[in-house]
Amino acid sequence: MNEKTSATTSAKMRPVTASQTIGPFWHALAEPALADLTRTGAAGPRLALAGRVLDGDGTPVTDACIEIWQATPAASPVFSGWGRCATDAHGEFAFTTLTPDAGAPYLAVAIFARGLVKPLWTRVYFADPGDPLLAALPAARRQTLLARPEEAGWRWDIRLQGDGETVFLAM
Amino acid sequence: MTEPAYLPFPPGSQPPYAVPSYGSTARRAPHQPLVAVVPTIERAGPVFSPDQMAGIDERSGVAGGGASDGVAGGAGVLPRGLDLSRDAVGEAIGERIIVAGRVTDEADRPVAGAMIEIWQANAAGRYHHDRDTHDAPLDPHFRGAGRVFTDSDGHYRFVSIKPGAYPWRNHANAWRPNHIHFSLFGASWGARLVTQMYFPGDPLLAIDPIYQAIPDPDARERLVAAFDLALTRPEWALGYRFDLVLRGLHATPFEGARR
Repeated sequence: MNEKTSATTSAKMRPVTASQTIGPFWHALAEPALADLTRTGAAGPRLALAGRVLDGDGTPVTDACIEIWQATPAASPVFSGWGRCATDAHGEFAFTTLTPDAGAPYLAVAIFARGLVKPLWTRVYFADPGDPLLAALPAARRQTLLARPEEAGWRWDIRLQGDGETVFLAM
Repeated sequence: MTEPAYLPFPPGSQPPYAVPSYGSTARRAPHQPLVAVVPTIERAGPVFSPDQMAGIDERSGVAGGGASDGVAGGAGVLPRGLDLSRDAVGEAIGERIIVAGRVTDEADRPVAGAMIEIWQANAAGRYHHDRDTHDAPLDPHFRGAGRVFTDSDGHYRFVSIKPGAYPWRNHANAWRPNHIHFSLFGASWGARLVTQMYFPGDPLLAIDPIYQAIPDPDARERLVAAFDLALTRPEWALGYRFDLVLRGLHATPFEGARR
């Protein structure tokens, strides 16, 4: 599936199918191995990312589906660049992956959950590379996209609403 | 030369985050406006294959099926690929259905090799899920989760059981319409879609806050599968057609959007 483009100026366009919530019962697709992107033998510097999803009351969101996508290191038979993790009873998620390259030192993140009729799109950064998205944000909001280093790896919480609300993206 | 980009969604074609009639959105919908971003790594995306997912599915009990190239829907042709209506031991209870359709982008270009994940309640309206407490029977032969890939022309197909309606606690006497959950991975990260397929003639659609969250009635109706006699297999199962459109990357803005 290569990136395809075309000059679509006059053709009749079909509207994109409407999104609906993933609901509370999606966990047949929540195989825990999917949260470890290195499971198929990928080699390179590891990155551990963990965090918690909180709602507008600060209550942990215990039925969310967190997905990550990274374009670097390049996908290969031993590294798909994609992972999925269900939040647990404490709203926690945890991924193990390879450290993305310096050129794009971030992961794309999608959040699906009951109560989200469409996904929340965001990114998590591990350094500020002078990225145009980060540069355009007020400092307080920029912080919501920056993971912080801890002993065991990187920590990044997602606040769906209210104080410290994570920056969510429109593409 | 501009970078390929996503087209804006037509007004009303997608639900808003905050849906007052859907209680769970109250503390989960963001309050801040979304921040527009020029997609970078989002213009690429993961590529999946049936082989790659097979080991995962073996552990988690998700049924797998490859692309259903060239399988006719008419009499005498057994559907190939994904079949949720039976397990290795026996057949699930309920009304057997064939669901098929095509996945394209807005310009009607087929999305080949798209991974589709589906999950659903059984015929009695009960999910094979620890947290589903609905007082309805589980079906020992129905797990209700599967994975299928589109063929080179964007077509997919699977066999299942018509899911039952079930109660939820959103409001007094609230029932979800019959539906099958769909999760799709297209050609790029921004094409990712999670949605639900509904059934024609369901009286619960008119009062379902999740379905009704989509402002545009035409956009809602596109989530309702069409009964398809040509897809129906005599003496065996009704056929439903459900086409999906994913976001694509486009070199130039859609002219119509500027009018």
